[in-house]
Amino acid sequence: MKLTGAQALIKSLEMEGTEVMFGLPGGAILPVYDPLIDSSIRHILVRHEQGAGHMAEGYAHATGRPGVAMVTSGPAATNIVTPLCDAYMDSIPIVVVTGQVPYSVIGTDAFQECDTVGITMPVTKHNWLITDADEIPRVVREAFHVATTGRPGPVLVDIPKDVANQMMDWHWPDDVDLPGYKPTTKGHPKQIKDAVRLMGEAQRPVIYAGGGILKARAAEALRELAELTGAPVVTTLMARGAFPDRHDQALGMPGMHGNYTAVTSMQQSDLLIALGSRFDDRVTGKVGAFAPDAKIIHVDVDPAELGKVRRPDVPIVGDCRFVIEEMVKGVRADRGKREWPSLGPWWEQLRGWQSQHPLHYEQDDSGPLKPQYCIDMLRDHTPDDTIVVSGVGQHQMWTSQRWQFDYPYTWVNSGGLGTMGFAVPAAIGAKVGKPERMVWAVDGDGCFQMTAQELVTAAAERIPVKIAILNNAYLGMVRQWQELFYEERYSEVYLSPDLPDYVRWAEAMGCVGFRVDDPSDVVPTIEKANEIDDRPVVIDFRTDYREKVYPMVPAGGSNDDIILDPAHDTLGGR
Amino acid sequence: MANGRQHHILSVLVENKFGVLSRVSGLFSRRGYNIFSLAVGPTEDDRFSRMTIVVDAESAPLEQVTKQLNKLVPVIKISELAPVDAVERELMLVTVKATAELRSQVTELAAIFEAKILDVGYDALTLLVAGTPDKLDAFTDLLRPYGIAELQRTGRIALPKLTRQPAKLRAVKDRSA
Repeated sequence: MKLTGAQALIKSLEMEGTEVMFGLPGGAILPVYDPLIDSSIRHILVRHEQGAGHMAEGYAHATGRPGVAMVTSGPAATNIVTPLCDAYMDSIPIVVVTGQVPYSVIGTDAFQECDTVGITMPVTKHNWLITDADEIPRVVREAFHVATTGRPGPVLVDIPKDVANQMMDWHWPDDVDLPGYKPTTKGHPKQIKDAVRLMGEAQRPVIYAGGGILKARAAEALRELAELTGAPVVTTLMARGAFPDRHDQALGMPGMHGNYTAVTSMQQSDLLIALGSRFDDRVTGKVGAFAPDAKIIHVDVDPAELGKVRRPDVPIVGDCRFVIEEMVKGVRADRGKREWPSLGPWWEQLRGWQSQHPLHYEQDDSGPLKPQYCIDMLRDHTPDDTIVVSGVGQHQMWTSQRWQFDYPYTWVNSGGLGTMGFAVPAAIGAKVGKPERMVWAVDGDGCFQMTAQELVTAAAERIPVKIAILNNAYLGMVRQWQELFYEERYSEVYLSPDLPDYVRWAEAMGCVGFRVDDPSDVVPTIEKANEIDDRPVVIDFRTDYREKVYPMVPAGGSNDDIILDPAHDTLGGR
Repeated sequence: MANGRQHHILSVLVENKFGVLSRVSGLFSRRGYNIFSLAVGPTEDDRFSRMTIVVDAESAPLEQVTKQLNKLVPVIKISELAPVDAVERELMLVTVKATAELRSQVTELAAIFEAKILDVGYDALTLLVAGTPDKLDAFTDLLRPYGIAELQRTGRIALPKLTRQPAKLRAVKDRSA
């Protein structure tokens, strides 16, 4: 069968099971948009290429399947660099197809030419420039394989316009042959045995669960291991939902804005069982002062993570699910043979911290409206399996702290790169992937202004996402740092609550817009928003700009120096 | 030069495709690893090329360097050659000032170092010398007083020493498992 390169590309995407793609056409990718008309693939036309990338990420977060985005060359390719980098940092499998100027003119500074493969090399797991239409099926097959196996991540396929127009004989490769790419999935049995031995000796163990649990579909296995060992579980920002917050052994989020118990449990522990986590600086604080007495078991599918930040006592390369399942077997056998130390005293200490230092805020009936209150009400008045998406900043930390995540794949956010503007497009991608679920984005006013135009996409495509803007009229997290660390010298952080008018803006984009100033209006408005199922909804919550995210470990500081909310610190002598 | 400082030699087998050098060098720069020298050439199998990379051992732990390199899809295999376990050679071209009265002194030095005279000019000579990096350093030092006009070194290439025991070509790939 003779096909054009463009037809072969679309057919290859179909062969890989692509049901939906996010994109925006342009000159160099024109040939590929033509066969798309006849394809089973649903295409969602975005308003900015960055939106296409984040939508693909949101889709991948929510479904576990690779998100696909397609854009043209030059500025379109550079616009999608941010989502690629975001996906690279958070190990999100996405496949990005970019158009390129004809191969015959590459290197001549042709119109809308840019070195896409060169630019995206450091932010993709791998990328390809196709030079012959015959390569298309193999490259697409390889691209999906690399994106979704081992440590998942973004890949990019760059296709020159003349290659898309070139005729080829259709063929589909039976297998992927990449001699330099063989991810290890099974953990080493001896290392697993050593890990079990350490677990059986620990008196103050903590399971430090990271995003790798979700990537490996290992939430069930994690729960089994936790219940079998009785150890407390902290879930990092990327792992919220990997272990149910309602579970007795859940301590919640550790790190810079983690709760006191989660942070301190790690500091005081004698064994950290790191599963799919990477000792990020936002978790460890000052590395030299992090969990000084703890031995480390570190499981990761990426060997380069082991020993990158903290040298593990037992390093295990492997897929989290396989390794944890083996650990579970090992623990069962070991507990049958010998007595494990009681974790009673440890739990007593943990419970003490929990009751002494709970997360705290106060909502006065007469206002001002507290952001935490809005999140709590949203949490309590939406279905349990609601998918929550956030941008980056104070609203993200409050949402992660206060939401009760009881199911995996219900939390979508930008962790490693910290991409403001992530929420709106990622929520759209998540809703496309899980149309039967309610999807709420909690966004900041600063973030919202970066990518709000994608609500036009959502309205046009009838993707009913819901956006809660916590509008404090500031770049809140920056303001918080300026208040605490720059002697309240506020530099370029004020945004205004009324400019833009978020309600009218929402309506102009085909959404329903609400505004809430009064605490008593929060719940009724959320309930109204929940009813709307035929278009997106935006609620502009006017929140108290003075509210700060606590607890907080100052950047570069030790986790022992955690700052609690001065207004509510029960040990603060007030 | 690398000799004064701690260095490691990585012999990296890569797919012979365009852009691979850029992927490898890009990885070094963005992770903050220093390269002393890098030499690329074909191997006995034309699907692959071999890169010999001399890494500054003080700029990053070697383990991280090799693990990150291994993540590159076109990287097939990395062998770590400890300097004592490897034979290393490097090629140098040097143009040195040699007026008629000094020319014999320079050619005498060249003879001692088994250097070849590639070109003779009115008041200069271009020499070729191959050898260990130490030898090249020594030769350079001795030529310097005459005035070095231009100097070009290839960067070293290396293979494991053939000793009594099996070759110490140590695969780094699956070591951490």
